[in-house]
Amino acid sequence: MRPQTFLARLRKSKLLSGRTAVIGVPYAWLLVFFLLPFLIVMKISVSEMETVHFKDLLTYKDGLLQLTLKLSNYEFIAEDPLYFKTYLASLKYAAITTLLSLLIGYPFSYFMARAKPSLQPALLMMVMLPFWTSFLLRVYAWKGLLGENGWVANLLEWLRIDHLLVAAGLIPALGKFMNTPFSLVLGMVYTYLPFMILPLYANLAKMDLRLLEAAADLGATPWTTFWKITVPLSKAGIIAGSMLVFIPCVGEFVIPELLGGPETLMIGRVLWDEFFSNNDWPMASGVAVVMILLIIVPLAIFNKYQAEAQEARR
Amino acid sequence: MNGKKPPIFGETFNRRFGKAWLAGGYAFLYLPIVALVIYSFNNSPLPTTWGGFTFKWYGKLMNDTEMLTGFWLSLKVAFFTASASVVIGMFAAFTLVKYKRFFGRTMFTGMVNAPLVMPEVIIGLSLLLMLVSVQHWLGFPERGAMTIWMGHLLLGLAYATVVIQARLQDLNPQIEEAAMDLGAKPHQVFFLVTMPMIAQALASAWLLTFTLSLDDVVLSAFLSGPGSTTMPLVIFSRARLGLNPSVNAVATVIIAVVSIAVITASYLIARAERRRAREMAAAQRAS
Repeated sequence: MRPQTFLARLRKSKLLSGRTAVIGVPYAWLLVFFLLPFLIVMKISVSEMETVHFKDLLTYKDGLLQLTLKLSNYEFIAEDPLYFKTYLASLKYAAITTLLSLLIGYPFSYFMARAKPSLQPALLMMVMLPFWTSFLLRVYAWKGLLGENGWVANLLEWLRIDHLLVAAGLIPALGKFMNTPFSLVLGMVYTYLPFMILPLYANLAKMDLRLLEAAADLGATPWTTFWKITVPLSKAGIIAGSMLVFIPCVGEFVIPELLGGPETLMIGRVLWDEFFSNNDWPMASGVAVVMILLIIVPLAIFNKYQAEAQEARR
Repeated sequence: MNGKKPPIFGETFNRRFGKAWLAGGYAFLYLPIVALVIYSFNNSPLPTTWGGFTFKWYGKLMNDTEMLTGFWLSLKVAFFTASASVVIGMFAAFTLVKYKRFFGRTMFTGMVNAPLVMPEVIIGLSLLLMLVSVQHWLGFPERGAMTIWMGHLLLGLAYATVVIQARLQDLNPQIEEAAMDLGAKPHQVFFLVTMPMIAQALASAWLLTFTLSLDDVVLSAFLSGPGSTTMPLVIFSRARLGLNPSVNAVATVIIAVVSIAVITASYLIARAERRRAREMAAAQRAS
């Protein structure tokens, strides 16, 4: 077979078409750099570590194929109360952050979406702009704002909010805001608030206002209209925003490291320490696999809504 | 209905409360940025006490080889990340919008979207472990700028896809169909019709992935090797130890550059959009 005819056939069979290339390039990239690494992490989490590399799971010995799984990492994670506490704390901080972001972000997006239409692009731009400037530096800035004599620290003391925070057990002593659960949650709410606002705004801005008028004409009070019409209609935005905040917060590393102090345990930091300080790669992989199990349900919900949003508009 | 607005809460209360809430929200978002900039000019050994105005931290920055080396490396990585993300992201967005049926579409959508939320420690760890295995078998790649680029590209690809895909969805498919009816080949339709229409989305996806890469700590920490310390890693290692005016000075430079770039870009985009709207209106009048 001459090469030309072979190519022609290949073309005819649609294997070499533009469509295949368009789908194939990103698909192959994601399979190799996203999916395959997860499988390797799972493998390593049950592997025995030899001096430099890992023992193969499958070995052929004396005519028998042997499968060696080392489950001690998982036993350790299950039995050591420290790991359990850390996972629980990560979920707790992520949930509190999500709730606070929603409480601040929902009214914010609502008023943005109801502002003068000519103003809205500028308002949206102003939410995005901090997002373009370094996240690391903005988190670092809170170290100064909450530290001794920091602007926010002084303001909170002047407003006597620190008494409230001490009573709630969020900070250990009056005037000590840094390296506490309070500074950790504040930093996470600050960082992830735009991720809550953007999907909510997108949702609220395209809401059909005639529905609200209809409800009012039928005698609903503004309060009822809000809870019975606006909130249910914005459900997709609420879920998308909450997942965009919750999932990354569970595994957050930079914010607890810079603002959290040594006592606030987060699973991202445990993974980091297992890897960089203890050099225990199988253990770090085990921690990662358990973390994936924790976020797999929220992740599935997020993917479902994201896919629906991607289909919806056509 | 006489075009009157629907009553939502009490009208005046609503308006005032809304304005206050928005003002508070923006203050919260911008306060740290303002503080960073102001304290970069602070002439005091104590980082939170104001001790007069100075430029000395910027002067010191000029001789800070560690920071400057990191900065150049970060710029290079960010440039290649953004460029590759936009190209592959365009393919992925095109796939999601145009091809509704192909083998494994659900998995494809999932894999495109998951990096948006997946904790970076997981992505970094798994990618590193894979690269180490590959290196064990093939002898390359060494950890360095190249491996950092691979990690950033994974993240950038997800963001670029979302931005480009949102624009592609809004396009009127009839325009492309018209081009095809007039005899354009698929690649001509793409380069001559589709590309110009999504150019703005491509530009903002490029800028977004560029800043993402310029900012990333976690993936870089996992994937960097000896001698490939990016700027965020330098900043992070200093920030961990406490407040450091050199970090404030770097921050101010970055904020200034990014704000100018973003504002210029959005001004140009807005101008292009206005011009297009004018041309559309003119075309409609002419017909």
